[in-house]
Amino acid sequence: MDFGIFAVLAQDGITNGAVYALLAMALVLVFSVTRIIFLPQGEFIGFGALTVAALQSGQFPRLVWMLMAVGVLTFLVEIGSALRQRRYKPLPGRHLMWSGIENLAYPSLVWVLARGLEWQGMPMVVQILFTLGITVPLGIMLYRVAFQPMAEASVLVLLIVAVGVHFAMLGMGLFIFGPEGSTTQAFTDWSAEIGALLVSGQSVVVLGVSACLIALLYLFFDRSLYGKALRATAVNRKGAQLVGIGTTQAGRMAFGLAAALGTLAGTLIAPLNTVGYDTGFVVALKGFVAAIVGGLASYPLAAAGAVLVGLLESYSSFWASAYKEVIVFTLIIPVLAWRSLVSGHGDEE
Amino acid sequence: MKISTKKLQWLMFGWFFLFPFLPVPGYWITIGNYIGLYSIVTLGLVLLTGIGGLTSFGQAAFVGLGAYTTGYLSISLGLSPWLGLLAGLVVSALAAGLIGSVTVRLSGHFLPLATIAWGLSLFYLFGTLEFLGKYDGLSGIPPLSLFGIDLSAPRVMYGMIWLCLGGCLWLVLNLLNSRPGRAIRALAKGKTMPEAMGINTAQYKILIFVLAALMASLSGWLYAHLQRSVSATPFGLHMGIEYLFMAVVGGVGHVWGAILGAVMMTGLKSQLQDLLPLLLGSTGNFEIVVFGVLIVLLLLWAPDGLWPRIAAVWARINPPEPEVVAPAIAPDGYGDMSRRAKPAGGSLILEISEARKQFGGLVAVKDMTFEIHAGEIVGLIGPNGAGKSTMFNLVTGVLPASSGEIRFLGERIDQLGARRIVKMGIGRSFQHVHLVPQLSVLENVAMGAHLRGRSSPLSAALRMDRHEEAQLLFLAAEQIRRVGLGDYMHTPAGSLALGQQRILEIARALCTDPVLLLLDEPAAGLRLKEKEALADLIRQLKDEGMSVLLVEHDMDFVMGLTDRLVVMEFGSKIAEGLPTEIQNNEAVLAAYLGGIE
Repeated sequence: MDFGIFAVLAQDGITNGAVYALLAMALVLVFSVTRIIFLPQGEFIGFGALTVAALQSGQFPRLVWMLMAVGVLTFLVEIGSALRQRRYKPLPGRHLMWSGIENLAYPSLVWVLARGLEWQGMPMVVQILFTLGITVPLGIMLYRVAFQPMAEASVLVLLIVAVGVHFAMLGMGLFIFGPEGSTTQAFTDWSAEIGALLVSGQSVVVLGVSACLIALLYLFFDRSLYGKALRATAVNRKGAQLVGIGTTQAGRMAFGLAAALGTLAGTLIAPLNTVGYDTGFVVALKGFVAAIVGGLASYPLAAAGAVLVGLLESYSSFWASAYKEVIVFTLIIPVLAWRSLVSGHGDEE
Repeated sequence: MKISTKKLQWLMFGWFFLFPFLPVPGYWITIGNYIGLYSIVTLGLVLLTGIGGLTSFGQAAFVGLGAYTTGYLSISLGLSPWLGLLAGLVVSALAAGLIGSVTVRLSGHFLPLATIAWGLSLFYLFGTLEFLGKYDGLSGIPPLSLFGIDLSAPRVMYGMIWLCLGGCLWLVLNLLNSRPGRAIRALAKGKTMPEAMGINTAQYKILIFVLAALMASLSGWLYAHLQRSVSATPFGLHMGIEYLFMAVVGGVGHVWGAILGAVMMTGLKSQLQDLLPLLLGSTGNFEIVVFGVLIVLLLLWAPDGLWPRIAAVWARINPPEPEVVAPAIAPDGYGDMSRRAKPAGGSLILEISEARKQFGGLVAVKDMTFEIHAGEIVGLIGPNGAGKSTMFNLVTGVLPASSGEIRFLGERIDQLGARRIVKMGIGRSFQHVHLVPQLSVLENVAMGAHLRGRSSPLSAALRMDRHEEAQLLFLAAEQIRRVGLGDYMHTPAGSLALGQQRILEIARALCTDPVLLLLDEPAAGLRLKEKEALADLIRQLKDEGMSVLLVEHDMDFVMGLTDRLVVMEFGSKIAEGLPTEIQNNEAVLAAYLGGIE
């Protein structure tokens, strides 16, 4: 292997690693706030990328239908739970009104925008923002419908529910987007030659975006009061509730952020890879491996793990491309063995 | 005629064996075969996840290991399928042992995540390896035969599969109802309690992981010879997730729930696959959507799965008799069970000198020094946050001391783990009770007798441990009567009042045959009469030569009971002496009531 190939592989690995890092962040975030191992993360990758692709090719972004349908469902769930509680408290009119705006009016507005505007020629940034405007509320609605009613359940039950949601979304994805994958336009066709290495603008964009997001997340959770409140929910739900931190709000926030990160990860990989409705799952699982390297708790370590996963994948695809996935997913065994050695004895009580 | 619930369960299971003799379409037999195969895997998951508290997504990979091993050996090397079974079991056990040993020491979420990754990597490996036929897999696997009798007909294979399932069920039920089984049931409650009973939690976790893998591997072997070909797809992560679904839907803590879950899920899926295209057209993959939604709904309705719901309804019609019963009279050899000799009265038992525990900058226990002599009741008191519990944890081995020495019967114990310490003769109860709530009082107390028996999981599964088991249960029942809970022998521990649960913990500690008993706030939550009974019990233990160290808040209780008091504040000893001396001690009064500045 000469230096040129080495450098190309490194660039590839780091670029992919940056995307995995975003996913790892989202997984760590959702897990630490809600104790949910968020398998549906992968669907947001595919849905996000395919929606941007649809906008670029001048098609109607069909994910809006799903947003509207899930919105109606969410509103019904809200009304149902309000009715069930009417023996103890009056119907929360304001709350229902807001819920109506959020779950019925907003999706309709999105539909009007999607129909009414000419999206094909818009700058890519606007297209991505519009996509986020679909996926982020979708993430929040999912939390309301599937997870909020059982927020106190065990990690295992939450995990099974997450799997149920994953299955449901996967099926919906096939229905909405069809089995074909798409790619999106490149962010930029700029590139620069540094020595033997051709640095692609695409890599620079991916790295830059990921680095910014990671830094923002870090600042948010480490410096801001609201971020600290989210972390408090993770440590002790009941305690956080007692000091006035809304755990429901925290859960919504976590799901919204996770949906956003998933969507961004999808749009970052879509210019280089064909993304289908079901591509995201395996990509998200690599994010999982990275998150595990970070012990599901540490953001910087998870980011480092993600780069490690990216590099490993990139070099193993050169040396033993057939075994690429095997090598990446087997990485977890030595990593866990190492964690097991350094952690001493952990008790899960 | 009243029929016992246990017999009824087996009778209902027996019904499945009539099934192939009925004139049902072959398609039903196929479904029945799959239900049986899935049930075997799910049964392993019930043991692992529902009872042991460890979640695995990787069971499908173990099924694959079993299937591919026999496939490769019987096609490429022409070996007998029975050798393939053996090889598959060995390979799966080794793999599970490796994965288990790197994850058991980590907290609970790592095993499930590790099994996701492991399941995926094995799936890709099956699909890439040349000698396993890559993604096409292996075909032309020979059918099973036994002594020249061909077993390949679907209805015969059905019988074979359900016999294997029945065998696994019998072994698992036996195992759970035994000394190792109680250790497994204790695992889900974290590490502190089982270790304090002398149970090696890491070993038992690896054990159940290996057992679950073995059952998965058996299912894979049957699958390979039923299907006569294997390919990677049925061993992917999605299947691993579905096994977990079956366990959770059926009721993850319940052995019979495994079959119920497999029946429900397999039936549901095949129905959905038939029905939905008629209703909604065949454009989308709707069954997976409906399937996912149904799971979420089901868990919202019955978070514990279906079996407990059914069992609760049945229990109202026919209240179940207790499953575990202690023998009425002492079994043979009960008198010969080894018992520790109590040290001579007044001899030094526990010697704590300069013991210190630091958590970062916080010194929780600061150079504590005190002693306990044989036959003495010593109270350790102090205001909240004085470091009493930390001191307690140092003696019982939950925490290692940072410096100083703790000696028990002359041997240093300050760096030993809880398991070693209980073996030496220190029994304990917990401030926050650690019980397995759904098990009976008897079974909970019998956990304390773990170190008094030696039966292995294998002998337990084969019911070769019944004599020892009778001894252990009789021992436990004796301790229960001794502490006055005799009327509650078969009540689920979780339904006792908190005070009674604390007494239960004392009975459990007594089962460990201690020389020194450490009780953490035993009187909290007791009513006056119960407190008096507890004090009588402790005095009686003292008369039998037991030494007791009490951590307590209830002053009246401590003053009337103890021989000596040690008072802690801010991690240090501020006073020691007879209860009457302590009552008038200036420093103690200042610590409890606030001093004059």
